[in-house]
Amino acid sequence: MATVIIPTPLRKFTNNTARLEIEADTIAKTVSALTVNFPDLKKHLLDDRGQIRSFVNIFVGNDDIRNLEQEDTFVAPDAIISIVPAIAGGAIVNVAVTGCLLPVTRT
Amino acid sequence: MIVLDNEAQRTIVQDAVDTFPDECCGFLYGHEDSSGRRYITEAHVVKNVKDGDKRRRFEIAPHDYLEAEQYAEAHQLELLGVYHSHPNHPAIPSEHDRAAAQPFFSYVIISVNDKEPGPIRSWRLNDDWQFEEENNHLLAQ
Repeated sequence: MATVIIPTPLRKFTNNTARLEIEADTIAKTVSALTVNFPDLKKHLLDDRGQIRSFVNIFVGNDDIRNLEQEDTFVAPDAIISIVPAIAGGAIVNVAVTGCLLPVTRT
Repeated sequence: MIVLDNEAQRTIVQDAVDTFPDECCGFLYGHEDSSGRRYITEAHVVKNVKDGDKRRRFEIAPHDYLEAEQYAEAHQLELLGVYHSHPNHPAIPSEHDRAAAQPFFSYVIISVNDKEPGPIRSWRLNDDWQFEEENNHLLAQ
């Protein structure tokens, strides 16, 4: 079975498990198995059309599936699959804040 | 609540100043206690690989992210978040920050104005995918 490495931000949706063993021969089947077993993962991995979110990268070994066969990429039984969240952002005009603002304190 | 220790804070401030007018970025490591209080003990500078204008955007390469996870595991630390700078803008997350944000992570933002470091603030996504500010407790220098 292939090993799927869950990134830190998503482990709260996999009962804090970092590595999962999944029996599937493509990335599409692997992701499907993940979301069936851990339904709360779905909105973090897939968009409204059921495609892998643009902010999620999936690697088989050291290779990004976008440079392979995308979701049809073959998964060998001994494959290591890494889910890698895109880390990006920046200062644009519109802010995205809700809730109360707490003061910054210094001691 | 999030606590940035002195060394981590110095790393963030220095990176923001050195990288100005571009945005800097990096990873935050430490521990979270049973009450959810986060202690950031290490901040590691990471290259901003964003194509184009780095003054308003940052991006961390996937391989740098993989190395960050491996570093945390090897050193028995938790990868708790990411920092970046907002040159000549307040330390408030943008809509672009929110769109790309991950759950669980603390997003520490430092404002830097004409190479003068400004406030450091920390934000986390809530269950509605909106940012809320974390009480940011900076230790004395």
